[in-house]
Amino acid sequence: MPEQQASPGGDPDSARRPGRDEELLAALRRSDEDAFRMLVREHGPFLLRLALMHVPSRAIAEEVVQDTWLAALDGIDRFEGRSSFRTWLASIVLNKARTQGRRERRVLPFSFLGRRRAEGRDEPAVDADRFQSARDQQPGAWARPPVDWDSPVERLSSDEARRVLFEAIAILPPRQREVITMRDISGLSAAETCNALGLTATNQRVLLHRARSKVRAALEHHFQAEEPSR
Amino acid sequence: MTQGRIAQLSCQELVELITEYLEGTLAPADLARLERHLDGCDGCRAYLDQMRETIAALGRLPAESLSPQAEEKLLVAFEGWRKGSRG
Repeated sequence: MPEQQASPGGDPDSARRPGRDEELLAALRRSDEDAFRMLVREHGPFLLRLALMHVPSRAIAEEVVQDTWLAALDGIDRFEGRSSFRTWLASIVLNKARTQGRRERRVLPFSFLGRRRAEGRDEPAVDADRFQSARDQQPGAWARPPVDWDSPVERLSSDEARRVLFEAIAILPPRQREVITMRDISGLSAAETCNALGLTATNQRVLLHRARSKVRAALEHHFQAEEPSR
Repeated sequence: MTQGRIAQLSCQELVELITEYLEGTLAPADLARLERHLDGCDGCRAYLDQMRETIAALGRLPAESLSPQAEEKLLVAFEGWRKGSRG
């Protein structure tokens, strides 16, 4: 993703400031442009990420985010603060992005792949052939156990590892992709994620489990390819 | 804790409980079984570490910001909204 702009100072998504949102919202209701600008900057990366899960290009994702803000402005007096502002924005952007994504579906190779895979509740977290079978001495014990990753922080921050992460997420079934993006990339709580996606706690956890298991497996595969000796 | 009666957790079962473990939603008895297994199993400890490292790496992915052009368009739209609905 060469056109990606890394925001300086890390991921603003992870800065949780609900109190600050409340102040900015009050200012926004008084038509304060600076408050609007700050909210747009603060939540922009988060919304863009959610939009990008469903539409094929950055340009379309930006349009979806713009539409989201317009809808949020129009609905601001109806937002009652029962959910967090971010959760509310997330449900708007996902709604719009899903609609747009359906229109663009034929040009969405990754999502197409994702849709063809079941959301799958019973797919194993780790391939069954990594474990001893019923005929072996210790059925269910590792046959080929995972090995510790050397200097994981450095290696997982490389461009190559990031590409593996993005690709692993891109081919997940849509709901797994939404859950892992909200929980692990954007740092929302389980409750916020359930709220924005309309999921039960159990369902959210199952989707997160499947998604994380596949992303871990993709990284393991990548690292093993890097070090064929291990 | 019920002892003996509950079969030991296998590695294959443990990997399916890892998210519940990390989310803190395991029942106390299951948590105890899982931790007992981890104490004696290098493979599952490596698996847990890899999972934690995966989650941390996802949290470190760089964020993309809205382009200045899109932000500019939004501010123009905001002006219209302010005049129109708040006029």
